[in-house]
Amino acid sequence: MFDTVPRILLGLLTGFLFGFLLQKGRVSDRRVIVGQFLLRDFTVMKVMLTAIVVGGAGVYAMHAAGLTKLFVKPAQMAAVPVGGLIFGVGMVLLGYCPGTAAAAAGEGKRDAWLGLAGMVVAAAVFAEMAAGFSKSIMTWANLGPVTLPDVTGVPAWVWLSGLAVAALFLFRWLERKEAKQ
Amino acid sequence: MSVLANKHWPPYAAGAGIGVLSWFAFWSADHPLGVSSVMVRLVAMVENAVAADHVSATPYLVKLRPFFDWEFALVVGLMLGAWASARLGRSGGGEPVTGGRAWEALIGGFLLLFGARLAGGCTSGHGISGSLQLAVSGWVFFICIFISGMATAFLVKRGER
Repeated sequence: MFDTVPRILLGLLTGFLFGFLLQKGRVSDRRVIVGQFLLRDFTVMKVMLTAIVVGGAGVYAMHAAGLTKLFVKPAQMAAVPVGGLIFGVGMVLLGYCPGTAAAAAGEGKRDAWLGLAGMVVAAAVFAEMAAGFSKSIMTWANLGPVTLPDVTGVPAWVWLSGLAVAALFLFRWLERKEAKQ
Repeated sequence: MSVLANKHWPPYAAGAGIGVLSWFAFWSADHPLGVSSVMVRLVAMVENAVAADHVSATPYLVKLRPFFDWEFALVVGLMLGAWASARLGRSGGGEPVTGGRAWEALIGGFLLLFGARLAGGCTSGHGISGSLQLAVSGWVFFICIFISGMATAFLVKRGER
């Protein structure tokens, strides 16, 4: 029923820092998230792209040094896009994603608690339907756990450097645009 | 301590912090940051208490296991961390929830988690942890939530604020 005590403490600590950073980064604010999808507020993009660039550089470096494995989810090219499209609708209606809803609930936002209730119902419903999905849509166009370097032949460091440069140009452009407003 | 008491941090600082936290999670727990599967684990734990036979007969619940693990603790810690950050920064709590907003939040939450489980992850598991590993699945997910999220926002949220 329970993981080992050190692993639970480690999870609590990692989660505490994650929630702290999400709240300080303003992404547990519904207006910020909806504002991103209306292209009025680019906070979500700034937080996520910075996390991806910084996280990717370190994780790939650690992987090269033999300090960690990679945990790549399968590229199910039917289930992932369909799930993602449904997710996007839910994210705008609720105004949070699962992680930021948990953060907002921790802050005491009542709409986030209702969102979590909707999520629990969805988890129960999905569990009943999962056997059917795993034999159908999840097997369609399943490329397996592939990465962009795998499918393009372009090495990871080129992808990561390119991503970092693209992010820096995007951020500079956004900051200049926001300074004028 | 004044930094911790700041109401907000620059988005780049928060994002870089989450990136470094990913290194820590990969290294210390052999696990990427992720949230949405914990909702299934919660359902599995509750159903296990009232109908254990049903859980053992449902492969998906067996696979994700009624188990209080690292990831479950992560979500509990996440709520505490956000609470602590809001308290230190003196951020206000929630606004009252009207009837329409309550339904919107419930339905939104339902779609969100259903979509996440179909896709195999959420903004954390696919969007951040997947994309930073350059996973094809992570980037496809990231692009798709922006397509449908923008369409939904421009259709139903444009008039807000």
